[in-house]
Amino acid sequence: MSWISNVVRPKIRNLLAKREVPENLWIKCPETGEMVFHRDLEANHFVVPGSGYHMRMTGRQRFEHFFDDSSWETIPTPDVPLDPLKFRDERRYTDRLKDARAKTSLTDAVMVGAGNVESVPVVAAVQDFSFMGGSLGMAAGEAVVTALLTAKERRRPFVLFAASGGARMQEGVLALMQLPRTTVAVEAFREEKLPYIVVLTNPTTGGVTASYAMLGDIHIAEPGALIGFAGPRVIEQTIREKLPEGFQRSEYLREHGMVDLVVHRHQLRETIARLCRVLGAAPMPEPEPEPEILEPVDEEASSDLPDVVEPEDQTA
Amino acid sequence: MRTYLDFEKPVADLQGKVQELRSLGDEGDAVAINDEINRLEARADQALGEIYAKLTPWQKTQVARHPDRPHFVDYAKALIEDFTPLAGDRSFAEDAAVVAGLGRFRGRGIAVIGHEKGSDTESRLKHNFGMARPEGYRKAVRIMEMADRFSIPVLALVDTAGAYPGVGAEERGQAEAIARSTEACLQLGVPNVAVIIGEGGSGGAVAIATASKVIMLEHSIYTVASPEASASILWHDSSRAQDAATAMKITAQDLSRFGVIDTIVEEPVGGAHRRPEETVKATGEAIADAFATLDNLPPDEVRRQRREKYLAIGRQV
Repeated sequence: MSWISNVVRPKIRNLLAKREVPENLWIKCPETGEMVFHRDLEANHFVVPGSGYHMRMTGRQRFEHFFDDSSWETIPTPDVPLDPLKFRDERRYTDRLKDARAKTSLTDAVMVGAGNVESVPVVAAVQDFSFMGGSLGMAAGEAVVTALLTAKERRRPFVLFAASGGARMQEGVLALMQLPRTTVAVEAFREEKLPYIVVLTNPTTGGVTASYAMLGDIHIAEPGALIGFAGPRVIEQTIREKLPEGFQRSEYLREHGMVDLVVHRHQLRETIARLCRVLGAAPMPEPEPEPEILEPVDEEASSDLPDVVEPEDQTA
Repeated sequence: MRTYLDFEKPVADLQGKVQELRSLGDEGDAVAINDEINRLEARADQALGEIYAKLTPWQKTQVARHPDRPHFVDYAKALIEDFTPLAGDRSFAEDAAVVAGLGRFRGRGIAVIGHEKGSDTESRLKHNFGMARPEGYRKAVRIMEMADRFSIPVLALVDTAGAYPGVGAEERGQAEAIARSTEACLQLGVPNVAVIIGEGGSGGAVAIATASKVIMLEHSIYTVASPEASASILWHDSSRAQDAATAMKITAQDLSRFGVIDTIVEEPVGGAHRRPEETVKATGEAIADAFATLDNLPPDEVRRQRREKYLAIGRQV
């Protein structure tokens, strides 16, 4: 045995041991309690195979599953002034930011990328809920603005994956100003007559919904996502009543006319590519038949729509 | 009978003594009593001036919410000739939390939109305490689009704790209504001026306050969430609103420093509610000045300037 086996081997063993932390291996479905092996979950785009529950994804995971060949060009987002309010509650805001950055290896909550989706070139932005609850502050706002202006400049459709608890309190009114700021960018993008598709994921609430996330040409929601302006707790406290079944969930929003489609994660790429093509953002694929025309249907027949998909069909 | 805020107690005490002396009437030495009254009133004025010269953010919040503070109706009555309120969003309902209408400001046609909180129990209920539902914002959009079509400027008077958080409001798309209203502000080819006259609460304020020029009254506040809501989010304890008010930097002076607003209108000593007419008049001057800087601009230029203004906010703080 050389010195190499003594020194290197234990390190490798350590690496392996670290991977086998039990909670990483089996993940519990929040809805049914079903246990899923992490690899199976990831292979199924973080949708629990049995229940169809859509788990949260990080921004990186989202892009990996969204873009063709898991490949995209990262669009750099501008730096913003740090902690203009000199904010502290129990801790300094700058310390919280540092922690969030170390934990996620992101600079802030919004990631921007350009790539292809079923061969349709798009620019996309994703809000990462693991970074301070996906909160909309100056950096996230600037990233959304950059994403929209990049899409405009490159003449690409824009796809936004929303996930946020709302405005970032620690940046006060400057976080609030991201509502009009991002709306300016949506306006500028619209002039190009290119599709803007919003994908609302669990959860999307607060200021994000009161600006760019509700200004899309098409609003798609993932099944079961919580979407709303005021949080359910605030509403319950205000009206002092129990909230209706399914309140503020994707399906409820579709019923009330606030989203166009509830689409299973496995159908997202195909749906978005199809809509972009119909709206003229890319040529129709030649070998394929004409896109299926979806007509408004009543409740009983709604299973024809691509939002309800038997999970069994998807796991294969 | 004036309502005093808790931090105005020294003033209230002095004024109480003045009242007592006055009620003595002709008994005793009238000249001596008059001297004493004058002396006490001078001291009360001085105390009031000292208190209002250094209000804390939480105290400003209380002043901004003072029940006697001039509200939308007071401004509309004093500043807008022939004010004609218009009702309804043409889709679902009339929401009296947002008042919108047409009139003339200094002789020229204007569209006016604003939150009205109400001034007694009946009117407060009618106006839902200034907390609008989607219909209020959709009415605002309707009026803004009309103003644009007829090339008349838009004035927004902002005074809300926030949009109403209710089941119906959510079902009918509160978020979308706010987003569309903000968008309508940005699309206006006519100039718009917004004045935060009391509370500028969150998205419910931004929906109409996204303007070419934004004015704040000296003791008004403009917040991402009300101090109570902020405290409940930050510390899970809404009773720490006072701490939140301080930490969140919500005063007109803070916002001016951050470059979020353009002008501050000074309030009379002791706050707008002590001399409402004077306050409304000074606000009218500020509104006229703001519109004067935007006169005769072509629609595209108005839109461009507004966009640039918002994109610049926060880039250098």
